[in-house]
Amino acid sequence: MEILILTGRTINQGCGKEIGKASKEYVESVAVCEMNEKDMENLRIRDGDRVKVTTEFGSVILTAKKSRRIRSPGTAFIPYGPWANYIMGSSTDGTGMPLLKGVPAHVEPTEEKVSTIRDLIDSIMV
Amino acid sequence: MNMWKENSMTVVSKVVCPVCGCCCDDIELVIENNKIIEARNACAMSAAKFENYSLHRNMDAYIRKNGELTKASLDEAIRKSAEILAESSYPILYGWSSTSCEAIKVGLELAEEIGGVIDNTSTVCHGPSILAAQDVGLVGTTLGQIRHRADLIIYWGSNPWSAHPRHMERYAALSDGRFQRNMWRRIAARIRADSVRKKITRIISIFFKRGRGTPRREAKESFEMLPSGERKLIVVDVRRTRSAELADYFVQVKPGGDYEVLQALRALIRDEELDVDEVAGVPVETLEEIADVMINCNLGIIFFGLGLTMSKGKLRNVEVAIKLTQDLNERTKFLIMPMRGHFNVTGANTVFTWQTGYPYAVDFSHGYPRYNPGETSAIDVLRRGDADAARVIASDPISNFPREAARNLADIPLIVIDPHLSLTALVADVVIPSAFVGIEAEGTVYRMDHVPLPLKRVVDPPKGILSDEEILKRILEEVRRLKKS
Repeated sequence: MEILILTGRTINQGCGKEIGKASKEYVESVAVCEMNEKDMENLRIRDGDRVKVTTEFGSVILTAKKSRRIRSPGTAFIPYGPWANYIMGSSTDGTGMPLLKGVPAHVEPTEEKVSTIRDLIDSIMV
Repeated sequence: MNMWKENSMTVVSKVVCPVCGCCCDDIELVIENNKIIEARNACAMSAAKFENYSLHRNMDAYIRKNGELTKASLDEAIRKSAEILAESSYPILYGWSSTSCEAIKVGLELAEEIGGVIDNTSTVCHGPSILAAQDVGLVGTTLGQIRHRADLIIYWGSNPWSAHPRHMERYAALSDGRFQRNMWRRIAARIRADSVRKKITRIISIFFKRGRGTPRREAKESFEMLPSGERKLIVVDVRRTRSAELADYFVQVKPGGDYEVLQALRALIRDEELDVDEVAGVPVETLEEIADVMINCNLGIIFFGLGLTMSKGKLRNVEVAIKLTQDLNERTKFLIMPMRGHFNVTGANTVFTWQTGYPYAVDFSHGYPRYNPGETSAIDVLRRGDADAARVIASDPISNFPREAARNLADIPLIVIDPHLSLTALVADVVIPSAFVGIEAEGTVYRMDHVPLPLKRVVDPPKGILSDEEILKRILEEVRRLKKS
């Protein structure tokens, strides 16, 4: 399914990063993809299932989470963090700022485990 | 320092919070045996930091040897850092938003000494806002004015409930000012009404078996129904955030549609008519109502967030928001302010500007400061693969940069100064642990409205752990010594 990825802050992400990025609180608050209920039904996934989110810049595996805050089908929200950033492009169009919100992506259900911090680091150390 | 005793514990008051750009200065910390055991008046993020900062902290210096991070002494790590920087031809010094102005000043001296690029985290947050303000100016203010006088508060592409949890309570819609009352009473009444509505819907659904769903209140009350003269809150965003739920009016814009909506409002404020039914998903009727409220307020403000700077349009979104504010000043008094994220990102811009003339993305490779975001900004330097060494302080770009830029950063000799073993530290070649500024080290920070505030040292850092400023001074001394020899 094609979807538009939004990113942003959540209070749990904010608390998690202050405790430490190695903390369970941080990983659990950030490695999630908040989705509209209808999109989840179309993908035949439930709250807590895993999804693979792919853009032209890479893929990450995240936990799907039903969210009443995503009112429009076709959009999903990933909190700020390496999981969101590792599927974003780095072109800034001469502004210094890459496009980090409103990025088109492909979302599909997966049985793979949620990407870990180690997976993400390995992906840039190649 | 304002402090008193409670049993065996010491309470330190008027502590400035080193978390977000609000820099709340009313925190009380309860300390026992050099340990913070309670943070009072703190938001969830502030309490998470003050009460847990030492849980995942790094106490050791490391140097990468044979591909592995190996423990080293602080002197060795400082010497190695100086060697890397002195030998590099185009290093990048990045971070700065979560440290003190005093440390930033030393960092700029170091950048000039080694002839590299120095950039702060505003490059990937409000950098576009700075570019827009440089183009068209900015109708700014301090937060005290908003607290006491503003009767219309608009959060645009910003979710203070999550990113600046006490912003509304201390400075905006939920604060009690000298001339404006807070909105709590109205919000409480609305929550009660919502609760009753849900109960009624549930009863109807049970009797008529229409499903168990409880429809949400989609449209808020019309502005005409709100008591005149009272503070009003509008939230404009692409998703229904928690902040949006508190608002009198929530306007949902299609992703990437902010520019159009802002331009449409500019047209309406000039009494022009729109010949479309909706703009970026917002009905023109709604926009007309908002334009009326904007014109008829006594003092309004737009607090804008990364929803404008990180979306399609970037600096142009901010530019048009500022122009809307300027247009509104033909009819009433209106202000605009970026919601700055890190507690001293404003300080980083300020110190950069007074030292070099430019607020971020400063290149010293020609021997004098040059500024050209898009060329001299961190992401662009890394994307092109130009940098041959990097020093990161008080930031975690491996987490916060897109994959390609992060990969290129991990590829070059990398020095990290951070109290935590961040993701950036895990891929670094030299790691130097530092004290938490605002907890174990003092310094100056600038609140989001450019008001300078003093950070306190409330507990002692662990033995052998230096502040960012001290570490940078020692690296600078070592670089100068190496260059002389």
